Amino acid sequence: MRRVYLDNNATTPVLPEVLEAMRPYFGEHYGNASSIHHHGQETRAAVERARETVAALLGCRASEVVFTSGGTEADNLAIFGMARHGDHVITSTIEHHAVLKACKHLEAQGCEVTYIPVDGRGLVDPADVKRALRPHTKLITIMFANNETGVLEPVAEISKIAAEANIYFHTDAVQAAGKIPSHVDRIGCDLLTISGHKLHGPQGVGALYVRKGTKLEPMLYGGSHERSRRAGTENVPGIVGLGKAAELALAGFKRGADLRMDDLRIDDQLDDQKIAAARDRLERELLAIEATGLNGEGAPRVPNTTNIYFDGIEGEALVIALDLKGLAVSTGAACSSGAIEPSHVLIAMGLRPERAKASIRFSLGKQNTTEDVDFALGLIPETVARLRELSPVWPKSAVSA
Amino acid sequence: MAHTDTIAVAMSGGVDSSAVAAMLRAEGRNVIGLTMQLWNQRRLAGHEGMPESVRGRCCSIDDVYDARRVAETLGIPYYVVNHEERFERDVVRPFVEEYLAGRTPIPCSLCNNHLKFDQLLIVARQIGADKVATGHYAQVVFDEQVDRWLLKRPADKSKDQTYFLFGLTQEQLSRTLFPLGGMTKPEVRELARYHNLVIAEKPDSQEICFVPGGDYKRFLEAYLSEQGSTPTDVAGEMVTTDGKVIGEHAGVHNFTVGQRKGLGVATGSPLYVIQINNDTRQVVVGKDDQLYSRSVRTRRVNLISTAELGEPKRVAVKIRHKHLPAPALIESTGPDEVQVTFDEPQRAITPGQAAVFYDGDIVVGGGWIENSGQ
Repeated sequence: MRRVYLDNNATTPVLPEVLEAMRPYFGEHYGNASSIHHHGQETRAAVERARETVAALLGCRASEVVFTSGGTEADNLAIFGMARHGDHVITSTIEHHAVLKACKHLEAQGCEVTYIPVDGRGLVDPADVKRALRPHTKLITIMFANNETGVLEPVAEISKIAAEANIYFHTDAVQAAGKIPSHVDRIGCDLLTISGHKLHGPQGVGALYVRKGTKLEPMLYGGSHERSRRAGTENVPGIVGLGKAAELALAGFKRGADLRMDDLRIDDQLDDQKIAAARDRLERELLAIEATGLNGEGAPRVPNTTNIYFDGIEGEALVIALDLKGLAVSTGAACSSGAIEPSHVLIAMGLRPERAKASIRFSLGKQNTTEDVDFALGLIPETVARLRELSPVWPKSAVSA
Repeated sequence: MAHTDTIAVAMSGGVDSSAVAAMLRAEGRNVIGLTMQLWNQRRLAGHEGMPESVRGRCCSIDDVYDARRVAETLGIPYYVVNHEERFERDVVRPFVEEYLAGRTPIPCSLCNNHLKFDQLLIVARQIGADKVATGHYAQVVFDEQVDRWLLKRPADKSKDQTYFLFGLTQEQLSRTLFPLGGMTKPEVRELARYHNLVIAEKPDSQEICFVPGGDYKRFLEAYLSEQGSTPTDVAGEMVTTDGKVIGEHAGVHNFTVGQRKGLGVATGSPLYVIQINNDTRQVVVGKDDQLYSRSVRTRRVNLISTAELGEPKRVAVKIRHKHLPAPALIESTGPDEVQVTFDEPQRAITPGQAAVFYDGDIVVGGGWIENSGQ
């Protein structure tokens, strides 16, 4: 069965160049990067090269990059590394759980947290952030791009508010890095999270940018790895993979993207601009189906994501029906059993629960082709029609729009 | 025999539904495994004296894990579908309300009617399945003579689950498969072993899936406190059958007809709950022989083997899951209402339970017990 993957905000396939770059570090280059001998020096050099390319992607110094086990750890490190008992933290209602649940835990530890709401487009109003400031506010953490809708938050404006008030600003840029330029000075943040597997790098590796001079308490204690900000032997293959993925993402931005996968030499394979065009076409044609709508309409978004509601269906059933036909998309956030819960992001945007549950996220990656979009467009309208026909809540006599 | 139809199997992670998936797969059918996430077992854990641990419970992560392992072993697609909202609305709340109204509910029947053979069937059809198969011990056959789908007792009478299935409509039965209907439990386990299913030796579950340890009173209290309400107007008097007040009780939900333990009154001879009067909040107690009655009024009746009852009909009637069907006459007394008159008085006929009518192995239908005549 042909399978098409349009769930690149969940994870992306590792690009062949990335895999190639990593391969020696599973084999002949096995040294511990902290060792003084030849083997250690080899892997130390690889880790530091990767740090430089990640720094280049983020427009920062290599010494400001702390490698972690992924986006969640980087978010947690930023939050728990900054906030102490009695501090006040400002975040938003649409953050990823890696931030939201960390903030909930802060509250249990005696911190005060303000959750800034979003408008119907999914945007935080910087004025709300300003109004939430308190004398003891320590940290503002607001995401750059939302994982479910792709909506870009006004992080540059928020960072100005933070700077004026002399407060640290962290942004979870997991869904932005690699998709749009994410320079720390343009954003104006003190801390920024990225994740390897969201930009065609491997799973299990991420990084936290920590602006020079930011006093961050570590979460893990042990050796003096990562300048004593994150103890633990470096995940060398992962870090090398993240470095390569960062390099390719950067090259994509610089050259208007001309990346090719060796095993998929299809002429119309999507580059960065084409991703945006393909997403726009997918979105336009899906919105032509009756009783649908765009979540995040009117807000700036990353170029690869579209989140659409199909009234009268359960998103869960649509995801399953499409998967059985070879198309991988997603809805909401999966809970531990794998069942789907209504998205806190869409609910925060004011969608009624039925509409939130009728929403599907489509997210494209560099490996996708225009034929992938054709395949999706060939399947979705008929599948939505079938679901609606069998839905107890869809009016059978509905006149098509 | 070659089949080309697609069957969704309701997989709980237990032996029975896993064996069903294995059987249908072995027959060459397209099988999709579905597990319904119905209740968050962690929701009330540690609440109001509820157990902290929820291991081995229905809808627990362990069961989903087991079902997923089985699906992987069989090479079938598998998904978990979330029906927590509907389950709470259609099963848990009615369960709580029934107890607070002095009745003894059967959540499994409600779950079958509103979830397994309704919501799950809808999802199954939406994702391309024609029918739903479950691990229930029952049989469904189409009778061309009467042009109806019939529900019948299974080969293994000791596992008979037809009592919980009396509410199924013709439409639901037409899209249902009970592949274990002709098998015994040991055969089912043997089949699971044959297919190398990890759950082959998993113990049977007996209790209500969302009530840990079977302690429904604790569950009620934990649920009500979570909802921010306490059962305030459920306390009342304890009276004898001749109206003498012999004590007080803290709530009608603590009692079920036929109950002997925990009445909180001491008398010479053993006392049983004879009746729970919802209007006056009185719990009527009396001697064992006062528990017997011959007639039962049932409501919200569903008929299966026939569209209408017509003339009064001689059947055998089961008034609780473990009750031996007793000979009785049933007659229609109104829309969806049937009067049951037993040949011999039956002990502890309990409002809230179901009365299911059998003609031999065939389920004629059934209804919810409203009250019993003395």
